[in-house]
Order: sequence, then C-alpha cells, then structure tokens
Amino acid sequence: MSLLEIKNLHVKVDNHEILKGIDLKVSAGEVHSIMGPNGSGKSTLAQVLARRETYAVTSGEVSYNGKDLLAMKPEEAACEGIFMAFQYPVEIPGISNAYFLRSALNAIHKYRGLDEIDAMDFLPMFREKLKLLDMDEKLMNRSVNEGFSGGEKKRNEILQMAVLEPKLAILDETDSGLDIDALKIVAQGVDAMRNPERAIIVVTHYQRLLNYIIPDFVHVLVDGRIVRSGGPELALELEEKGYGAMEAEARHATPA
Amino acid sequence: MITATQQLESYLESFSEFEKLAAGHDLPWLRKLRRDAFARFCEVGFPTTHDEDWRFTNVSAIAQTPFRLTRNGRARLSQQELEPYRVPGVACQLVFVNGCFARELSLLGKLPDGVKVSSLAWEISSNPGAIEAHFGRYLDIRRDAFGALNTAFVEDGAFVHIPRGTLVEEPICLLFVSTGDDAPSMSHPRNLIVAEENSQATFGEDYVSLGGGGAAFCNTVTELVAGDHTVLSHYMIEREHEQAFNISTLRIQQGRSANVVSHSVLLGGALVRNNVHPLLAGEGGECLINGLFIGNGHQHLDNYMLVEHASPRCGSRQFYNGILDGHAHGVFHGRIIVHKDAQKTDAKQTNRNLLLSDDAQIDTKPQLEIYADDVKCTHGATIGQIEGDALFYLRSRGIDEVSARKLLLFAFASECLDRMKQGPVRKYVEGLINQYLFQMANSASTGNRREDTGRNWEEIG
Repeated sequence: MSLLEIKNLHVKVDNHEILKGIDLKVSAGEVHSIMGPNGSGKSTLAQVLARRETYAVTSGEVSYNGKDLLAMKPEEAACEGIFMAFQYPVEIPGISNAYFLRSALNAIHKYRGLDEIDAMDFLPMFREKLKLLDMDEKLMNRSVNEGFSGGEKKRNEILQMAVLEPKLAILDETDSGLDIDALKIVAQGVDAMRNPERAIIVVTHYQRLLNYIIPDFVHVLVDGRIVRSGGPELALELEEKGYGAMEAEARHATPA
Repeated sequence: MITATQQLESYLESFSEFEKLAAGHDLPWLRKLRRDAFARFCEVGFPTTHDEDWRFTNVSAIAQTPFRLTRNGRARLSQQELEPYRVPGVACQLVFVNGCFARELSLLGKLPDGVKVSSLAWEISSNPGAIEAHFGRYLDIRRDAFGALNTAFVEDGAFVHIPRGTLVEEPICLLFVSTGDDAPSMSHPRNLIVAEENSQATFGEDYVSLGGGGAAFCNTVTELVAGDHTVLSHYMIEREHEQAFNISTLRIQQGRSANVVSHSVLLGGALVRNNVHPLLAGEGGECLINGLFIGNGHQHLDNYMLVEHASPRCGSRQFYNGILDGHAHGVFHGRIIVHKDAQKTDAKQTNRNLLLSDDAQIDTKPQLEIYADDVKCTHGATIGQIEGDALFYLRSRGIDEVSARKLLLFAFASECLDRMKQGPVRKYVEGLINQYLFQMANSASTGNRREDTGRNWEEIG
C-alpha cells in the first residue's frame, strides 16, 4: 500500500484553478521529485498536503497512511507524520527556536500518547541535530527565524525535520536562494534522513539539488498537471532541454 | 439622564457628610486641602471628549451614575477569599477594602530598619506632620477633575517611607479590593510613597473586585517621590470586573539621577484610565514607562502618559503593547513635554497593537511639545493582526490552533514582560497574563476573526 495516494486532485485559489487533476502515489522509502516551471502548481500541491486551509480542494481524494488527509487540520497532519519545509519560513518574534521546537515535539508526542520530553532530555538530542546541519547553537535561543539569513532559515527547516522525524517530508523549493555550500549541507541533512520507513517529496525548479538527493522518481508538473514521470534521468533531460518542450507538449495534449 | 447640577449635588451631599467625620477633619491644613479640591472639582466638572486629554474616552457613564462612598464593606471578606490575590515572595501586602485599610487581612512581614509602611488614615490621625511636607504637593489638580475629586475625598490609602540609603529587596505590595454594593459605590484611595536619596525598592498596586457585581468607581492617586539617585520600580495591575470604572494616576517626582520604572498592566474593568505622569525634575534622571493592556468584550482601556522633562540630560522611554478583541477600545496617548532648560533630553515612545477582531479599536496619539533645542525625541506606533502565516507555521509543526494562537499572543505580550525585572511581582504578572491570554485564545474560534488571509503569502507555483 502506498503511504500517499493522490487521485484526480483539483485545487482552486481565488477562484482560479491551479491544480487540474493530479494523480500521484508515493510509498515509504521512496524519494520523489516534483519539478516544474514557476506557476505550475508545485507549491500549491505542497501547501495542500500540509493542509493550508486557504486552498480550496474542489475535487479529488488524498489518502495518507490509509486515512483521508483532506479531512485533517494542519496540526493533525503534522501529528500523523507529515512535515513540509517552507519555501518562505516564517519569522516569529518573541518565541525562541528551542522553545518552539520542543512545543511542537511535545504536541506530536501527546497526540501519539507518548511521554512529554523535558528540557533536560531535549537539549542533548537537539545539539546533535544542530551539528548535523552545521548550525550555531546561539541560533536556538533567538526568536524563530528572526534575523536569520536565507540559508539559516532553510537549514532551520531541515533541523526541524530532523527533530520531528516525519513519515512524509515535503521540501518546498528548499534549494532556492542557497549558495552551493549551504545547498550541500541541507542536502546532506536530508539525505541522512532517508530510510525505508520515510518518504520524501522534493519540490524544486532546478535539477541541482537532485545531484545530492538522488530521487527514485521524477514528475514534471506543468499547468496543474503531471505531464511526465520517470526516473532520475528525467531531471537531467529537463536541465538540458528546459521546460519549454514539455509545456508545448502539455498545450498540445489539452488545448485550453 | 441627570443634569450637571444634580451630579454635583450628589457629590456635595457625600462630601459634606464625609468631611465631618473623616480622619484629620480637625486639621486645618487638611480641611483646607479637601475643601479647595472639592471647589476645584465643582469648577472643572467631569471632562468631555472636547478636552484634548480625553478625546478618545467618554466618562459620561461615570458622571451619570450617582456613586456613594462605601465605608463598611470589609466585614464580608475572609482570608480565604484573598488567597488568589496573594503574591508569593513579597515583603508585605497591605489590603484595602473599598479604599479603607483592613489590617486583619493584610500581611505584614519584616522590613529593613526605618522603613515605614502604614495606612494613610492612621498617619493622618497619629502623625500628620510626617505627611504634610509631601502630601498633595505634586499632583496638579487645576485642570484635573478626577485628581481634585480624589483629593477632596482623601482619607486612606498607603503611606510608605523609605529612609536614605535603604535597600528594600522584597516588593511592597498594595491590594485594593472593591466589594461592590447594591447601590453604585465609589472609593478614592490615595497613596504617598516617599523614597529618600539613594534608596531602592519595588512597589505593586493591584486592583481587584470581589463579591457583588454592582457598578463601582475606583478613583485612585499615587504620589511617588523618588529622591536623588533612587532606583524604584512601580507596578500597577488593574483587573476589576466588567462593571467597574477605574481612574488611576501615578504622579512621579524624580530627583537627580533617579531611575524609575513604571509598569502598567490593564486587564479588567469596563472603563479604565491609567495616567502616568513623571516629572524629571533633577538632572540625569531616567524613566521607563512600560505598559500592557489586554481588552475584550466592550472594555475601554485608556493609557495616558505625560512625561515632563524639566532638567537636562534625562532619558525617558515609553513602551506600550495592546491586545484587543471583541468590541474593546484601547487608547494610547503619549504626551512628552520638554521644557526650555531640558537640553540633551532623550525621549522615545513606542506603541504596538494587535487587533484580534474587526470591531476592536485603538486610538494612538503621540504629542510632543519641545521647547529646548538640543533634544532627541522619537515616536512610533504599529497596528497589526495575528498573522495567518505565523499561525499556519506553528500548526504545520503539530501545535493545535488554540495553543498556537496563545503562543503568538504571549510572544507579543512578552515584549512588555521582558522589561520587568525578574522577581515575585513579574512572576505573578506572568501567570496572570498567561491566564488571560489562554482565555482569549480559547474563545478565538467563535466570533468575527481578523486574520491575514495569507494572500501575499507565496507566489503561486
């Protein structure tokens, strides 16, 4: 059984149809990459999976771990093991990074009927993950993302992922705006989390990140539809030819 | 509707009765003070929204209600009822019921030698000389009806005297309980705090309602005399019930290089006006005025500051954060006067507000009057909502909506809490705010929410 199964998903934003019938199956242990040009609906798909409520699902189904994902609130999806790394991580003044993460972890523990983690047990684990992402410990007592550089914000997302250990991780353009050194660190952090129980969806515009996180499957999203699916070689083909050819193909297949 | 004449007649009746029996009625200077103040009140009358200082606050509900002095509420209260209002770790807590000192309910701990904490009424009767030198010398009632009314009805409150060079480590706290009555009741507590040169102390005033829920009007004045080189903190907590009117004035007289911090936390009451008026009279004084107001329902919470720089090289900071939900109305009116000789003044004011509903309202008004030419004065105000983005971010990590909302509200309130020094009062205030914000976050699922819809949240794609 697939961990995630999307059937004929249609989504509207401000009365404008963004996703026009997505079908996708993702099993535990797999890494899928969703690639596409700007405006193709990649981020919308990521947001819907993370249950952002401002997106209206007009038809279709999404089952996650055998449950109806579309009936879940964002916090329920998170507690069920879904994690989205934000394209634009949000700054939250007045809440420290460490406090925020421990609150999140404990909320998830509570949902699953596990014991709360106190600060004493949390800290050593936290420090270990910080090292993994080559992050300064000082950032932990600072407010969430406040005054962080672009690279620090993205690393912070992956740090959260490492602490919360999701079943399904969705990285929404985590590579955008990262220099090559930061990209390597982030990719290594993600790659270290690959395991047979976890699925990862990497949403990206460019192929570069996929040099470090080699996907099992690549899907090309154009104008709200998946127009091609294949193996990692598809990413290379895209890099070479660009999206233009596939956009033309998509237009040809379904005249507007 | 009662006319202005009827209003005055009602107060005149109360005053004639009061004056005959009040503590110190036989002291000529006090009698004169009361009479002059009452005459002043009659002359000035209650302010209207045509007065610049009262533009956003309509006190006709106070003017229209025939309040009477309550003088016998204390018998109904037990130690047990006061339990939730005790602040752990303080030096003492004087309790006043409807404005009168209640010794049996007060907690009197050990204070450093020479420090005096007592009831004003008792001082007036037994040792009037000690207070005469300072009493009524700082509050300017010429244009202030509420100050005049308080002075006319002055009798009880706290008297605190801290001798030169004394360090009082634990806070000195005052608890003002109004018990309400079937008929509308009023009280006029008056506190005099004199801290002599080079002393340090922390004071807390806490206004609460217990028992009956009838209309109550508490009109309180505190004169705080901060001698040269003193370091003082003052806390004002207002959390009376939703039929209470509370007008308070903190008048601070600062000496040379005195460092005074005033914290106001307004949480309760139907109509609340908190005046903070420091006069930086000595060179090099520092004053921080920090405030947090949290309103819901139809509450009206008005924060009025008058910061007077009268000497060179003084600094003042005003920071107020407001959180308003329901139909609550908040006011921030920060007035700064820099007198001619107050060169090198450094004054700053900031007011930040969170409006949680479409019907909540904030009026924020800076008013700078600068007569010196070498000064630095800045002001700023912001108004915002709980950000949809931030809320979603927290929820997407597993934190439920109510907790996420509370976290965000608390983070906003923390800006004010962080300006309070660690200690018993801060800890107590923190607990209190937590409790209020939890209720606010909890009721958030109902009603007309105001929230950023996330439209600018991302580029679609």
